[in-house]
Amino acid sequence: MQIPQDLQYTKTHEWVKFNEDGSKAKVGITDFAQNQMGDIVFITLPEVGDSVAAEDTLTDFESVKAVSDIYSPVSGDICAVNEDLADAPELLNSDPYAAWIVELENLGETAELLSAAAYQAYCQEQEEA
Amino acid sequence: MAEHKAHCQQCAFFAKGVSILMEAKTPLYDCHAALKGKIVPFAGYLLPVQYPAGVIAEHMAVRQAAGLFDVSHMGEVTYTGKDALANLNHLLTNDFTNLAEGRVRYSPMCREDGGILDDLLVYRRGPESFLVVVNAGNRHKDVAWMQAHVFGDVEFADISDQVAQIALQGPKSDDILRKLTDADNIPQKYYSFRENVPVAGISCLVSQTGYTGEKGYEIYVENQYAPQLWNELLAAGKEYGLLPCGLGARDTLRLEAAMPLYGHEMDETVDPLETGLDFAVKLDKDFIGRDAILAKGAPRRKRVGLKVTGRGIVREHQPVFAGDTNIGYTTSGTHLPYLNGAYAMALLDAAYSETGRPVTVEVRGRRVEAEIVPLPLYSRGK
Repeated sequence: MQIPQDLQYTKTHEWVKFNEDGSKAKVGITDFAQNQMGDIVFITLPEVGDSVAAEDTLTDFESVKAVSDIYSPVSGDICAVNEDLADAPELLNSDPYAAWIVELENLGETAELLSAAAYQAYCQEQEEA
Repeated sequence: MAEHKAHCQQCAFFAKGVSILMEAKTPLYDCHAALKGKIVPFAGYLLPVQYPAGVIAEHMAVRQAAGLFDVSHMGEVTYTGKDALANLNHLLTNDFTNLAEGRVRYSPMCREDGGILDDLLVYRRGPESFLVVVNAGNRHKDVAWMQAHVFGDVEFADISDQVAQIALQGPKSDDILRKLTDADNIPQKYYSFRENVPVAGISCLVSQTGYTGEKGYEIYVENQYAPQLWNELLAAGKEYGLLPCGLGARDTLRLEAAMPLYGHEMDETVDPLETGLDFAVKLDKDFIGRDAILAKGAPRRKRVGLKVTGRGIVREHQPVFAGDTNIGYTTSGTHLPYLNGAYAMALLDAAYSETGRPVTVEVRGRRVEAEIVPLPLYSRGK
């Protein structure tokens, strides 16, 4: 399972990557999340301009077998959406850390964010539970 | 991703640990673990929902090559004796009087009020000997009902715990089976079977049946030989592209082929005519539920296919609308890999059930557009 060092993670299995000056953040789902869900066949893409609060539902996505919510790691306004995912949601399976879902700006407070090492330990706990 | 919403037992990925100690292992559990199957609780058993290839790859393997399924959770009961046939004709909606030895017939089993208790397969092994295969989740309910209705000279037995079942499905299943037994041993006709067939030297009942919409076989074997048989079939199928398949692909395959699943397209509140099983209901003979079904007259509901024309995935138990009128509910639905789109089956008011009608389905507070299409959604070329 891949957990890149340069990202931060939530306990609900999203990743967040802040840009250099911390003014914007890209959000996606983790390798653990895509692996648990199986073949992803649909994602509801939010609209540019929508606002979301940390830990609130950002959107949802569906595999053949299930639907799951995605929670925002940080408060902010959606300034970009990865439209490629509309026709190719399987990118979330094949390359979850390249397949960003939204970019946020006007950032506010964050959910509890874990480092790569802490997230790895957390996933191991989940798998053993 | 915390609030994962499980739609049915077989997608309860995150439920492990809650119920894992209550579930039984099939004789093939270690084989699934060795193949890195993702194990979930289902109908009282621990079974793989998928292997590492994933549901879509497993589904496509069955459509284009072959797939191997552990269906040992299915229940098996036997009726033996002079009145075995009379018992089944009274208990079940179909008529077995002219069922030849070596042939299989499908039937619902109803309550007095016509509600469906289960759907099952009846195998005629001899003039007075039948094997009945029931759904795992209904096994104990069925056995209690069957025992309560036994009459005359018949011996009834539940042999589920001694029998494993492996399904080999797909266009390459013949080639694979012929590597392990003489072609003469393989049942030639759909819904026929042979007993005491040596498959890789193991004595099996081989049945040309399945739940995928493809040509294939269901192989019944004593528990102790099941892992060896599984491994022989996997090895024999490798050159043909056979994949082990989990419950996920089993569900998408049967949905594409529009095969009903108990708990979805039917339950105790649905009668067999409503859900399109009239071919297996013989109203010219007496059976439990017949009077109630006759009294209801023409069915007021009809099972149809839905093709999603808007954006999204439709699942089971979601309300269906024609304009603002609620005309029924979906019974199963997901993304179907071979058709490469979102589809569902639904039980709708018969007055609104014509092919081509545009409808909407309520999905988590949002209306998704769909269109009524004929069933089956997929049928294989002859």
